[in-house]
Formats: sequence, C-alpha cells, structure tokens
Amino acid sequence: MTYDIVFVVASALAIISALGVILSGNPFHSALALIGNLVALAALYLLLQSDFLAAAQVIVYAGAVMIMFLFVIAYLGGRATEPVRARPWWQTLAALAAAVAVVVEVGFAIEEQAFGDGASVSEAFGAPQAIAASFLGRYVLTFEATSVLLLIAAVGGVTLAAHRPAPREEGAVSAFEIERPAPEVSLQAEVVDALTRFDVVRAGQVRDEDGET
Amino acid sequence: MHVGVAWFLGVSAVLFGIGLYGVFTRRSPIILLLSVEIMLNGSNLALISVARYWGEQSGQVFALVVMAVAASEVVVGLGLVVAMARRRADLDVDSLTGLRN
Repeated sequence: MTYDIVFVVASALAIISALGVILSGNPFHSALALIGNLVALAALYLLLQSDFLAAAQVIVYAGAVMIMFLFVIAYLGGRATEPVRARPWWQTLAALAAAVAVVVEVGFAIEEQAFGDGASVSEAFGAPQAIAASFLGRYVLTFEATSVLLLIAAVGGVTLAAHRPAPREEGAVSAFEIERPAPEVSLQAEVVDALTRFDVVRAGQVRDEDGET
Repeated sequence: MHVGVAWFLGVSAVLFGIGLYGVFTRRSPIILLLSVEIMLNGSNLALISVARYWGEQSGQVFALVVMAVAASEVVVGLGLVVAMARRRADLDVDSLTGLRN
C-alpha cells in the first residue's frame, strides 16, 4: 500500500514538473522544475530497487548537470528568455499529435504485453557491487566506449566554448572581456620600438648589399 | 490496484511524450536541451523498470550509459549555446539557418 502511494506521488510529481519544464517561459524556472523531475524519478528508481542508480541520478544529474545548466542560464542573463514570436497553430497541433501518438502507441504496446509480477530479486539487486560486476565484466567494452565518449565531449565542449569572440562593432562594451593586445603583439611592438630607437631599422627602409639604407 | 512494471512503463512513455512536445514547440536552445533531458530520463525509467522486471543488471548498466550520454550531450549543447551567445547570435533555434543552402 505504501508502495502504491509513493508511486502515485512520485510519478505525479515527475509528470507535473516535466510539464513545468516545457511550459514555463523562464529558463531558470524550467531548470528548477527539471531538478524536481529528476528527484521524483530517483524516488521511482528506489521503488524499483535500483539504489545505486537513484543515488547517481541525484548526484550526477540533479547535482552536476543541472548546476551546469544554471551556470549557463546565469551567464546568458536576460538573453536566455525566449524571443516572443508565436508559432503557427498547426505546428503546435502537429507537435501535440506526435507526442500523443507516441504515448498512445507505447500504451497499446504495454497493454498487449500482459506483464506478470516480475522476477523476485535478492537484496543485492541494484547494489554498487552488482552493477560494477556487470559493468566491468560483461559490458567492459561499453564502459570503455563511454569513457571515450565523455573525453570527446569534454574536449568538444572546451573547443566550442573557448572559441575567440567574433570582432564586435565599434563602441560595443562587454562586461566579460577587456580589450587588451595579445602578449605576442605587445612583445613585437616592444622589439620594433627598441630597434627604431637605436636607429637600426626604420620602417619602409630596405638595405642594399653595402649595408646602406 | 497493483503497481506493476506496466505502470512504470506508462509513466516513462508520458515523460517521453512531454519531452517530445517540448522539443517540437520551444525555440530556446536551453529549453530544447532540458526537453531532451526529459526524454532521456523517460527512456531511463523504462530501462530500469524492465531491468527490475527481469531481475537483470543489464538494464541498469545501460541506464548508467544513458546518463553518461546525457552528460556529454549537455556539455556539447551548452558549449554551442555559449558560442552562439558570444557571437551575438539570436538565441533562437529557428534563426540558425546558416547551413540551409
């Protein structure tokens, strides 16, 4: 009975907060609603005796990934809010039809299956040891592929986000970047300055073979 | 009422549908990424509930892999959003038509 109540509450919370994510106009509120969704899903994972995944969900998803989202939303500030331009009504209708079609189709597929009570599992099901034995044993290739994927994503993220900004228009002011010549440019300027001071080379002058300018 | 695996699968299908609707209707890239997160979490719930139903670890392992994929997707997606913001582009996925022709 308690199981049923927890299921109903957690799944209702998950669905309501998911609706909050897609219907909220403010991206900050959307991100906070997604955190609620993730925590409710972690409760569902606990009902399914997947303790380790519930913990990973809260720590990795609700913790790390969502913090990243909130940082980017804070960085964008007011620009993160959606431009107000209404979509044509048939696009919204088509999106609704596609979403409902997926749900109805999966619902029929579930109905067809006539699931039983499910396997009885021991206490160790879903424990870190059991998952580690699976992940590092039978699925070790998947594990390696995942690590390569994460490395590629990290390098890609750095490459994308650390790109030099496009040259901006005259007079534009940015709070983040102060105009400053690159180190090699200022070094070059100093060298040229030193050379001209001692009258060795002047700009635009070419020496001939006799060393005369 | 007996809450079996079918109920969990139903919730996962509803979450997937909500995420799909969000991806189709919203135009801010950040909300799009959040909607994709909802879809991935719906599929994760399906994986985990079926893993519990069969008493098998494999579904849980692949749910972990899906989490890693989602994290990678967020890193690259948010990198793109920041790059768009740096280039003073409109944060609107409908205006990104540079590769159309």
